Amino acid sequence: MRNPRLLPLFATIAIFLLALLICFIQFPNMFSTRVLGNLLTDNAYLGIVAVGMTVVILSGGIDLSVGSVIAFSGVFIAVVLRDTGLHPMIVFAMLLAITTLFGAAMGGLIHALAMPAFIVTLAGMFLARGAAYMLSIDSVPIQHEFYGLLQSYIALPGRGRLTLIGFLMILVFIAGILIVHKTRFGTAVYAFGGGEATARLMGIRKGRVTVMIYAFSGLMAGLSGIVFSIYTGSGYSLATVGTELTAIAAVVIGGTLLTGGAGYMFGTFIGVLTMGLIQVYIVFDGTLSSWWTKIVIGLLVLAFILLQKALVRLARREETLLPA
Amino acid sequence: MMVPTLKRIAPQLSTLVALIILITFIFPSFLNLSMVDGRLVGPLVDVAKRSAPVALLAIGMTLVIATKGIDLSVGAIIAICGASAAWAVSAGYGLGPALVIALSAGIACGLWNGVLVSMVGIQPFVATLILMTAGRGIAQLITEGRILTFTDPSFGWIGSGTLFGLPVPVWLWLATGVLMALLLRRTALGMLIEAVGINRRASALSGVNARVLLIAVYAASGFCAALAGLVVTADIRGADANNAGLWLELDAILAVVIGGNSLLGGRFSIAASVIGALIIQTINAGILLGGFPPEYNLVIKAALVVVILVLQSPNLVTHFAFLRGALPTRRPSEQVQQTGKPKP
Repeated sequence: MRNPRLLPLFATIAIFLLALLICFIQFPNMFSTRVLGNLLTDNAYLGIVAVGMTVVILSGGIDLSVGSVIAFSGVFIAVVLRDTGLHPMIVFAMLLAITTLFGAAMGGLIHALAMPAFIVTLAGMFLARGAAYMLSIDSVPIQHEFYGLLQSYIALPGRGRLTLIGFLMILVFIAGILIVHKTRFGTAVYAFGGGEATARLMGIRKGRVTVMIYAFSGLMAGLSGIVFSIYTGSGYSLATVGTELTAIAAVVIGGTLLTGGAGYMFGTFIGVLTMGLIQVYIVFDGTLSSWWTKIVIGLLVLAFILLQKALVRLARREETLLPA
Repeated sequence: MMVPTLKRIAPQLSTLVALIILITFIFPSFLNLSMVDGRLVGPLVDVAKRSAPVALLAIGMTLVIATKGIDLSVGAIIAICGASAAWAVSAGYGLGPALVIALSAGIACGLWNGVLVSMVGIQPFVATLILMTAGRGIAQLITEGRILTFTDPSFGWIGSGTLFGLPVPVWLWLATGVLMALLLRRTALGMLIEAVGINRRASALSGVNARVLLIAVYAASGFCAALAGLVVTADIRGADANNAGLWLELDAILAVVIGGNSLLGGRFSIAASVIGALIIQTINAGILLGGFPPEYNLVIKAALVVVILVLQSPNLVTHFAFLRGALPTRRPSEQVQQTGKPKP
């Protein structure tokens, strides 16, 4: 194996293909553009927020606020559209500015206070959820004709639908892959996850990059909130509770190391699809209860962490063997 | 022994007293206490009773955080233990076996976490995340997706009964806290836990069995979560796998942080964490009594966390020490004691 870091990614892809194979053998009907199109649509908001989470986790951090930010975004959009005559695109721009600044503020606090990201983003989680409650505790429907346009889709052969939000998720993943692997920012993120000493030796400005990482996660959470509001056609302050944990699980299943520094954005995409596939399988089966989703996801997370542990140990053994 | 403890919990205690005074100003009957049918009733007793789940969790969480860990799974453990206790009671096993089953389930969950953290070497955040995700699924397997209700009055007594005038849940967290504190502080255990939290390698090299200690700490957290699960389940006389203990792990972590315990491990105070839990519940009560919509609750909590973080921040401590060092009135030995680290 030339690059042991690629192994978790291959494992992720192999498990996804295996799961796909099992599904198709058991339920040949599942092999339709309809099901695959819906897989993209149903997981669009999760995929987009997972892109931000991947960047945060690659840097060795964590962002617990994203689920609350998605809920806040939905409520904000719905309330502003209900109470003002602003065009949705303007509201979206306002919202993305707010969530990006919110993320940047958390990044700033993490850097300034030298506190674990866990507890700072926990405060952010409370604040965003509280702000959503203060805007409205009821589910607010969105009835703007522009939303009808946003909910449109391209018909695929075989009654499939490629929705705008499903397509957007793919675009965001492509953008995420380019940002992580082809920009200076991406290099800085990996260096960060590799350890503070690495980052310092590379001449990376710690404060600036920390702010940028969490601002990016905030931006993705805001975008995910927009997608979620298009998906549900409403804003509800109790929505997407615990999405941050689902996103973290998707990143881990995608083969990214939770200590940071190693992983691939493409893996997260496969991770999101794997989790979506488990749900589709349970729906198709009909006799399995939904709680099996949680247990299977928990076991998958465990399996991937154990795999990574083994790989890290293997890589270390090779390192110690080399100089001798 | 007594005086240093009081000194340690003074900020938390004064915050709690200040909060109670503030609420009493707005709502004078907050301090009302009366005996009705041999039991003490009043808003303060209510706060103490409602704090029980978070206070119990905070006791275990304090130990885990002192080892530089975190236990995200306690909410799910509450659901598992509540479900298994309710299942045992409704299946006719009686109270004793039901308690044993629930408590062993909690300890087993804790052992699982502990093994993942200390033997496999997974970060505590991720290791406990696994059970947090899967745990509710397991609880739903036990309850078969329904809300298991029961009518056993002796089990219900744990949640809503009275003993010597005070609600049973209050006795539970008081007893657990006192016993745990005695166990840790009358022996060297507490110090060893702190040593592992500050530097696991160094403590292992100096002969502390960090591996077993870590497992024991997570098991203790599981045990406390099981007790909390019993209280929650007995209180509503039913086990709800989806909602029992939902997000209580975050409140418990918050209580520990309010208690002035560093998330970076090391020195800990169980008393301060329990007072932290009381502070959270007092704020909740104050918001409700003050007529504020409960929506404000989370925003106030968030503001509180940020204030505490600013006060605890290692960066600010160094700035503060620097300022203090600039003042000639303090003796250097005192500085070292107060900031905890000698200046170069």
